Amino acid sequence: MSIPAIRIRQVTKNYGALKALGGVDLEIAQGEFFGLLGPNGAGKTTLISSLAGIVRPDGGTLEVMGHDVVTDYRNARRNLGVVPQELVFDPFFSVRELLRIQSGYFGIRSNDDWIDEILASLDLTGKANANMRALSGGMKRRVLVAQALVHRPPVIVLDEPTAGVDVELRQGLWHFIRKLNRDGHTIVLTTHYLEEAETLCGRIAMLKGGRVVALDTTGNLLRRFAKHSLRVRLQRPETALALGGVVDEDGGWAEFAFDNYQDVEPVLARLREADAGLVEMQLGEPDLERVFVEVMNRA
Amino acid sequence: MLDSQARAQSAPRIEPMPVDSPFTGFRTLLYKEVLRFWKVAFQTVAAPVLNAVLYLLIFSHVLDRHVTVYGDVAYTAFLVPGLVMMSVLQNAFANSSSSLIQSKITGNIIFVLLPPLSYREFYAAYVIASTLRGLFVGLGVLLVSLPFVDLPIANPLWVLAFALMGGVILGSFGVIAGIWADKFDQLAAFQNFLIMPLTMLSGVFYSIHSLPPIWQNVSHFNPFFFMIDGFRYGFFGQSDTSPWLSLGVVGACFVLLAALTLAMLGRGYKLRS
Repeated sequence: MSIPAIRIRQVTKNYGALKALGGVDLEIAQGEFFGLLGPNGAGKTTLISSLAGIVRPDGGTLEVMGHDVVTDYRNARRNLGVVPQELVFDPFFSVRELLRIQSGYFGIRSNDDWIDEILASLDLTGKANANMRALSGGMKRRVLVAQALVHRPPVIVLDEPTAGVDVELRQGLWHFIRKLNRDGHTIVLTTHYLEEAETLCGRIAMLKGGRVVALDTTGNLLRRFAKHSLRVRLQRPETALALGGVVDEDGGWAEFAFDNYQDVEPVLARLREADAGLVEMQLGEPDLERVFVEVMNRA
Repeated sequence: MLDSQARAQSAPRIEPMPVDSPFTGFRTLLYKEVLRFWKVAFQTVAAPVLNAVLYLLIFSHVLDRHVTVYGDVAYTAFLVPGLVMMSVLQNAFANSSSSLIQSKITGNIIFVLLPPLSYREFYAAYVIASTLRGLFVGLGVLLVSLPFVDLPIANPLWVLAFALMGGVILGSFGVIAGIWADKFDQLAAFQNFLIMPLTMLSGVFYSIHSLPPIWQNVSHFNPFFFMIDGFRYGFFGQSDTSPWLSLGVVGACFVLLAALTLAMLGRGYKLRS
């Protein structure tokens, strides 16, 4: 069995009385597209920062491609590329200068071929010689991605890379990240856009209060926690209550949850029998947002 | 093992790019730190040179005919090494401290913290870049002053030794201040209430023999005095105190500050939480 891309064992981190990480265990295989989800303050960024060596955990161990991030930090960091959450940049340099400098930090002197390839993939070729200050927010975000890739790391961590990014750039970015994943890079993604995580990630961990509260494949999570839904607008919504439905606050719509669509027909039949007066109807697929809410409520 | 993990593991294996040389990371950080001040050389080199030359013109105009030092050394000639060393010290401090605080406040320090650079490489790159800026400015002040003054260089090795030590010490001081300060305001306090008074009261503009005995004794507690006095010895072959004593004090300061800075960096103080 090959070495996991990331292995996290019993990692704890406290900031005074605040428990940021309370014994996190996680293993991510090479080549996975992995989602790390959780509400603000759940510990996602602390966990990523611990992996990157920016935060020093109080206990536990973290490995990147089998290299301990403390005792073998040089190899661990050579194998890891991190796209930070904040839109930070060095105003003294052009895009190409920054990427050459970043390559150099990782011990790579002549890296222009790979830099050109990254610039082209991120649609930054035309901005290669522009100063960072002259770039739009979206362009700066792309440069952050490029900086994380200059040393061609096997493991790439993206900490909310699409926060505040327009739709076109977001789609372009995901197209590129998917290609990297197909090429064999392990991707770890944190995002608040749950539909993105649902579409992209093969496996997902959910964090709350510094602990992993759910960890499974995206498909299993959807099957375990989310149900199909039937939303109906009724002339007499109170009839839905007697049938186990949940009525919206404005009273017009009622919602029923099912494990599968075969259970829909009996409910419709009973609404007909109760003379509920069906006006409108919507069927809903299980989605990660429902899973997320359900998991967070249970945890 | 879950299916998704098994599927993922069948993906091609990626290796990180090979390292060209174990020193490339350090050299790149040094290059970047030099480029950072060189790109704004008007502000970081030309302006301090002009500043020092203005001191020279004003003080020499006022005092040259009235004051001689070490018996027969003209005041302007005496003043030039002091101004050169003052420029080396202040600019070495300014370089590392301003680079670090800017990087911390804007957040781009993360680009230096994520790569596989050791804290010793970090220290060496910031301090050497600071020393180079100090030496550039010092050399600029010296070159611009030469048309105005007949300046001997009795012992070039002493000149070089004290210039280097001064740059390294204040570069280290700058790293400490840049890491410790959370705001520009705190850094300015460090500069205005510590570095500036210690420099001004170190004998840049006067020989401590012109001071009352008590202030002569007080001056011996100021390490900047030994840096400037030893540096001046290199030019005139004369100084207020023994150059060997100065070298000893300056060397001890270097060891102490380097140890403190390395300890801070090794612990990740205010950089790696």
